[in-house]
Amino acid sequence: MKPTDPAITWLEEKPLGLAERLYLPLFLQGLTTTARHMVSPKVTVNFPEQRPTLGNPLIYRGVHRLNRDEDGRVKCVACFLCATACPAHCIDIVATESPWPDREKYPESFAIDELRCIFCGMCEEACPVDAIELTSLLDLTGKSREEMIFDKEKLLSVYDMTKDSEPMKSASPEHSVAESVGGSL
Amino acid sequence: MTSLLPSLTVLAALVKIGLLVGGLMTAAAYLVLLERWIAAWVQDRRGPNRVGIPLTKIRLFGLGQPLADGLKIILKEDFTPSHVDKVLYTAAPLLILATSLAIFAAIPFGSVLPPLNIPGLPDPVPFLVAPGLDVGVLWVFALSSIAVYGVLLGGWASNNKYGFLGGLRSSAQLVAYEIPLGLGLLGVVLAAGSLKLDVIMNAQAQSGIWYAFSQPLGFLVFVVASFAEAARLPFDLPEAEQELVGGYHTEYSGIRLLLFLVSEFLHMITAAFLIVIMFLGGWHLWGVTGSGQEVTWLGALVRFAVLNTKILGVIVFFMLVRWSWPRFRFDQLMNLAWKVMLPLGIANLVVVATVEEFRPQLLAVLGPWAQAAAIAAPWAVFFIGWIGAGLLTPSRTDNRPILTRGSLEGDQGLLERDSYRPQQRPASPELMETR
Repeated sequence: MKPTDPAITWLEEKPLGLAERLYLPLFLQGLTTTARHMVSPKVTVNFPEQRPTLGNPLIYRGVHRLNRDEDGRVKCVACFLCATACPAHCIDIVATESPWPDREKYPESFAIDELRCIFCGMCEEACPVDAIELTSLLDLTGKSREEMIFDKEKLLSVYDMTKDSEPMKSASPEHSVAESVGGSL
Repeated sequence: MTSLLPSLTVLAALVKIGLLVGGLMTAAAYLVLLERWIAAWVQDRRGPNRVGIPLTKIRLFGLGQPLADGLKIILKEDFTPSHVDKVLYTAAPLLILATSLAIFAAIPFGSVLPPLNIPGLPDPVPFLVAPGLDVGVLWVFALSSIAVYGVLLGGWASNNKYGFLGGLRSSAQLVAYEIPLGLGLLGVVLAAGSLKLDVIMNAQAQSGIWYAFSQPLGFLVFVVASFAEAARLPFDLPEAEQELVGGYHTEYSGIRLLLFLVSEFLHMITAAFLIVIMFLGGWHLWGVTGSGQEVTWLGALVRFAVLNTKILGVIVFFMLVRWSWPRFRFDQLMNLAWKVMLPLGIANLVVVATVEEFRPQLLAVLGPWAQAAAIAAPWAVFFIGWIGAGLLTPSRTDNRPILTRGSLEGDQGLLERDSYRPQQRPASPELMETR
């Protein structure tokens, strides 16, 4: 595109005022802003010792967990909706016939590659039975790639670890995610 | 036998050199930490606060960071790309570091020591490596001009477009800002009547009026120009990491990069030293340091502390400014140097020369008010010059390509731009092709 192209809209800059032309008043203004920030409270924390305060842990997208139902069984019905929705293709499910009468299938194995996961939360959105959820655990580390592939037991243990601090989002309708989010927004 | 031993004067100079180089290198290392702290604090972060004493759990607010930084960069691979001019590539960092260190031979870093009464050593011993140098200021400016060669050579020898652009920008910028720097300095030299930096400091201490107060315009011009000379933001175009990767040191790594970075900090320290010594009274502070040449040990220490506190203050100011302003565009940089700073510097020089020339007549006519008049005149010129420069500034800038705003109309076209519509004055296609 040439500079003479009529399709270009040339914007006119706002004319400078007197203070801007004299420069030093705005110089002082800028310096005051900088100096104020230098002494203002810091927003970062000393991480491993201090934990950051999350705005709303219930909508934070951290490590996944697989929820259990009242009988302690995995809630997942192996419908593959999460694996289909996943943009990073990090969910691998092997379905088999369910031993229980209330569903047809259940996951024989359920593995999430946490290194491939982009923590977008699409699996949580897709799940029809609210079996997969993202917790507020944010410092996920491991010493090998294999260790970072979370299998069903590990995902269930994440649930056991976090169920008290973060109740299942579908557990009680009066304490739904929508309300807790609506309150804080 | 005795003639083979170095004289006491030489020994004293060697001790001073050792102290100065050691102090400067430590200062440069800790200024990196200070720079990172201030950067973090301004951005509401905490900054480096982990590294303390090695192999212990003691953190000391991160004061061990310079050691870790230094070790890291020294142990890094010193890689020489195959496409560089090897001789110049190696010479550039050495040249720039040597010159930026040699500058300090003529810069006093305190007042004087009390009489030591050692035979063979002339008393009092000044805090200055080369006390006999009559052209101290010239030495400083000559060497800081040579330091430009380091930047230029580094950019040229790298054989890299970013390095080359950085070197080009640096040469144009430093040539442009040497002039206002010199003009700001001339006023001081004129008023003090000497090129020796310690004499300039003593003159301010004796009168009690720092040159920043009696020559405000010169101070302003000098500070702006020294920002440009030290290539600090908002004038850091030679590096401009967002556009030029690293500018002239793009192709450098390891210890040679370290030499470049250290000499950058040394330039900033030099600029701070010059600002403090020439305009902010050096070691003088009213009611604290006294103003004579005779000092006690405590007095010498206090003067040393005052000087270095002032320098630290100026350096902190340099670092705050870095986070307060965006970088100038290159044409703005040149406009500022040639159209604003140069005339203002000349105005300052003229008024200082006039005041100094007619000081006896002023004293005769005004008596006790002469001193007030000698200060009021430069301030009047300061305000006139400042407001005049502000009012003459175009109220907008136009960075459209010249062709679209009607070619070859020059500044007239710039001023009449309000009535301009691009559609009404399309540039001719022939002109487009010949360009």
